[in-house]
Amino acid sequence: MAAELTQDEMLRQVGSDYKYGFHDKEDYAFKSGRGLTREIVEQISKMKNEPEWMLKFRLKALDHFHKKPMPTWGNTELLNDIDFDNIYYYVRATEKQGRNWDEVPEGIKKTFDRLGIPEAERKFLAGVTAQYESEVVYHSIREDLGKQGVIFTDMDTALREHGDIVRKHFGTIIPPADNKFAALNSAVWSGGSFVFVPPGVRVEIPLQAYFRINTENMGQFERTLIIAEPGSFVHYIEGCTAPVYSSDSLHSAVVELIAKPGAHIRYTTIQNWSKNVYNLVTKRAMAFEDAKVEWVDGNIGSKLTMKYPSIYLMGPRAHGEVLSIAFAGSDQHQDAGAKMVHNAPDTTSIICSKSISKDGGRASYRGLVKVYPGATNVKSSVRCDALLMDEQSRSDTYPTMEIDEKDVTIEHEATVSKVGEEQLFYLMSRGLTQTEATTMIVNGFFEPFTKELPLEYAVELNRLIQLEMEGSVG
Amino acid sequence: MTAPKPILQIKDLHVAVEGKQILHGVNLTVNAGEVHALMGRNGSGKSTLSYTLMGHPRYKVTAGEVLYLGEDLLSLPTDERSRKGVYLAFQYPVAIPGVSVSNFLRASVKARRGQDVPVKEFRKELKALMSRLGVVDDFLSRYVNDGFSGGEKKRLEILQMALLKPVLGLLDETDSGLDIDALKTVSEGINALAAPDNAILLITHYQRMLNYITPGFVHVMQDGQIVKSGGSDLAKELEAKGYDWVSREPASTARA
Repeated sequence: MAAELTQDEMLRQVGSDYKYGFHDKEDYAFKSGRGLTREIVEQISKMKNEPEWMLKFRLKALDHFHKKPMPTWGNTELLNDIDFDNIYYYVRATEKQGRNWDEVPEGIKKTFDRLGIPEAERKFLAGVTAQYESEVVYHSIREDLGKQGVIFTDMDTALREHGDIVRKHFGTIIPPADNKFAALNSAVWSGGSFVFVPPGVRVEIPLQAYFRINTENMGQFERTLIIAEPGSFVHYIEGCTAPVYSSDSLHSAVVELIAKPGAHIRYTTIQNWSKNVYNLVTKRAMAFEDAKVEWVDGNIGSKLTMKYPSIYLMGPRAHGEVLSIAFAGSDQHQDAGAKMVHNAPDTTSIICSKSISKDGGRASYRGLVKVYPGATNVKSSVRCDALLMDEQSRSDTYPTMEIDEKDVTIEHEATVSKVGEEQLFYLMSRGLTQTEATTMIVNGFFEPFTKELPLEYAVELNRLIQLEMEGSVG
Repeated sequence: MTAPKPILQIKDLHVAVEGKQILHGVNLTVNAGEVHALMGRNGSGKSTLSYTLMGHPRYKVTAGEVLYLGEDLLSLPTDERSRKGVYLAFQYPVAIPGVSVSNFLRASVKARRGQDVPVKEFRKELKALMSRLGVVDDFLSRYVNDGFSGGEKKRLEILQMALLKPVLGLLDETDSGLDIDALKTVSEGINALAAPDNAILLITHYQRMLNYITPGFVHVMQDGQIVKSGGSDLAKELEAKGYDWVSREPASTARA
């Protein structure tokens, strides 16, 4: 006699199948051995035909990596589980970089098709940097961008073709010695994006890149550098999905943004790594006089994310904003936050952080607002809201304020709430199922974030949340 | 003459909330085409009855039964009751931050009708109802009940009712918190919804809404039971004599 599944059980089964949990057969041109040695770093640099200074940079970073202790905060238990000797530090999918869509290998194309990338490109892409494994395989820049003098390329190409600009800025915002994972990235980085926007140029279409991990136990260490020259504007978008694998994967990116006087950079991320990925990312921006930097940061996937986008406000009237959401489901810890460093007078900042914890998931907000002496008339506002879906889930807030100047205005507000029985009852009394009602409440909670996304991303995010909600309501 | 078609039949309903018995045996039948008013003091059990009929999880039925169109209502989850045509206009509708009124209305209309309504058609229908209820356009882009005045909340409740076209409309203190103009508009909205094939149960503390809506039947609730029933004259009598007058009368049903 076959046991009948209840509706809730069926929903749970649907939800437990990770949406993008498919993967291609591995067909790699080069794969480094497991573990991290000086030889592997030298080999990576040699294979990429890098200039001497980059090899030196990598090797110095490797020293820092070995010397630096693991962070003693965040989720130390999970961090100490990382086995650095059991990770591939470099994998190249194909020997040659694809110049246009036709040249991209079939298997890779199929993967991107399932992720809807070609469609997104048709719609509004200015250029695509699709990172498959550690190397960029496809890349295009629309002609008018080129005419404006905008450079949008992968980091490896940038190093070859725009070596002087790269050398001048690379590692200046996040030096290798900054932290253990920045050091690791600096030693073994591969891929990532490079964007240079000339003075006064406004890039009206968002620049997008897609990232994906595809090898078991493979680390992904992309490196992104965005330089906005005075008075320019650029919006960079990065979204990622990853297949499910049984053992852990380490993702440790470094992203550096430089907004020169009067420039404006917006950097949007939605990370949806599969739930075995460690996502330990260092993101930092410098905003000079009258410049503006915005991090719009969404964390849905991964096993452990530790990410605190930072903005150093270096010149008068610089403005920084971090708008972030985190979704922590079963066996997930989202340790996310923001850091605002006010180093000049009349600088302003806003932090808005929203998190949801469900099925025993854990979301933490970790933030710092620092005001140096002499940074007068600073205004900063911090708001973090946490929504708990059940009794097993957890939310923590670790806000830090270091204010060394009197003439400042700092606001801080934090709330923790539960999905209300009354809200659910109200929506269900209008015919919505419990799953639909919960999804609607959660999407509403994230709305201040979602409305900042381009439409396609907003739709995708809402769909992801719907899948998460369907996973275990019952 | 055809026999009256019962929409709602409440039989000896006992309800407890968090262990406390609130309803002590309610009996009430509402037929198609009828408008009933349920009156009584605060705390007499009126709202408990409406929440129970809608299936609020904290309201536990300890005895009795409720038939809706001849079927057991109490075994259905809240959302199914709604899709089958039961509607509750809340006394205190909750806010759903971040969810726009238009998204919310579309989702509920889709649930009730079992299919998506084309955007254009939906807009047209909505606009017509909005102008009738004196609701301005910017209402649609606001978040559901978030920062709404009392009057705006009640208008939204009636707007939803008009869209969802319930078979059984339960209106819980819809008149409270309304100024006289709003009361008039809302009452007209409710009157427009009364039809031969549906039924309305108005729950109210005061008689004033009954100046605009004339119920065929008036019931008085006290201590969790209906203690007196009559025609629309009963409401006027209550207004003149107060609820104490009913208390002094012998109860129509003996309290268990």
